[in-house]
Amino acid sequence: MPRSTGIKRFAGMLMAGLFATLATSAQSDSVVTPGSKAAGMDTCVAPTAEMRRYHMEYLKHDRVETVRQGVRGLKNSLADCVDCHAAKDGNGGYLSINADGQFCDRCHNYMAVTLACFQCHRKTPADQDASSAKTSTGNQGHAFGLLLDRGESAALTAEERAQFQALVREE
Amino acid sequence: MSNKDDRPDMKRREFIGKTVLAAGAASVAPGVLLTVAKAGGESRGVSSDVRYGLLIDTNKCADDCTACVDACNRENGIDLVERPKGQSDDDWNAQRPQWIRKVQLKDKQTGEITNLPMMCQHCEFPPCVDVCPTGASFKRADGIVMVDRHTCIGCRYCMMACPYKARSFIHQNVAQQLVNAPRGKGCVESCNLCVHRIDAGDMTTACQEACEKDGHQAIVFGDLKDPDSKLAKLLKTKSSRQIRADLELNTGVRYTNV
Ligand code: SF4
Ligand code: SF4
Repeated sequence: MPRSTGIKRFAGMLMAGLFATLATSAQSDSVVTPGSKAAGMDTCVAPTAEMRRYHMEYLKHDRVETVRQGVRGLKNSLADCVDCHAAKDGNGGYLSINADGQFCDRCHNYMAVTLACFQCHRKTPADQDASSAKTSTGNQGHAFGLLLDRGESAALTAEERAQFQALVREE
Repeated sequence: MSNKDDRPDMKRREFIGKTVLAAGAASVAPGVLLTVAKAGGESRGVSSDVRYGLLIDTNKCADDCTACVDACNRENGIDLVERPKGQSDDDWNAQRPQWIRKVQLKDKQTGEITNLPMMCQHCEFPPCVDVCPTGASFKRADGIVMVDRHTCIGCRYCMMACPYKARSFIHQNVAQQLVNAPRGKGCVESCNLCVHRIDAGDMTTACQEACEKDGHQAIVFGDLKDPDSKLAKLLKTKSSRQIRADLELNTGVRYTNV
């Protein structure tokens, strides 16, 4: 008997509202930091809409594999996020990815989500050597960034909406 | 059942371990993420076919040399941890993170001095893992004992339980880290046998490399289970010791000439 409690329904509405806000008007520009490696690539490790919603799940899953089972070089890696999304500081160095107004901060600040990753993890790309340069392999044409690019449809597709609603209903 | 020694009941552990494994295998829930390796990136899990360890020849360890300690500090970003303003020398020396330190033993009768580079001994039956309330302190299949900082709550039980004083607690926020050595306030850490190197297929630790470079060759790293490894061969031919062998922790780090 599917019966959602008041609090669940409220949470669902709140989430839906947040996403609607994110997906429309105010900030329809890409938040990919100009001058970062990401700005020069045409796709992230997954389509933008997916990254926007699930990046933390992916990171959490792969961190367990890495720390506990020693599996390295997985698709989802925080170090890779930093490598691609950190902006140059103009003096040959990089700005911290979680600094005010930078890639991580921009969304998390907006969503009032406290980000704890960088209490422990390195906030700037490691000194790059040739071997760490990765080329983009995807060709799905999804733009980088957590928010929508100009011209990309703001509405969720029917499939996405169904997925999202199922997610909200589940828990 | 009476148990004369301190050693935990291994049969029971084995049983529990197997049960948990079986239960885990049977219940791959819907929605479970599968591991996806990057194209061209390597993906290799640890295996219990190996067990990593060290053999340290204390005769070869020179009195005034700190090559291994320095190398470890560099490799694992320990030298990036800054001393808090106004902290006294004593406090800093007692509290700064240290994965490897040199212990000097002095024979009171003869005055003979022995140098023991000490680090986490990578016990087969690690007390630090036994006491950890969160499961953050764990042993990898290949025998490396480490802390998963994602789950460590900083209670420091493991530090109390470790007979070798191998663990350090991070007391302050840390401004700079290396990619391979995340570190932050409120977690415990210790030597992980340069796990990032091992996972990358490199069979040297920073301490071994440094010791060798300085011409002492006091430290040998290798696979204890591989009879052809240099480590196993040395162990077979030389008489070596575990420190506090009486605790029966079956340490992965062994010493000769102690
Ligand atoms: S030496 Fe200490 S930290 Fe290392 S495994 Fe043994 S009990 Fe744990
Ligand atoms: S300090 Fe962390 S690793 Fe050590 S016992 Fe507590 S939770 Fe476990």
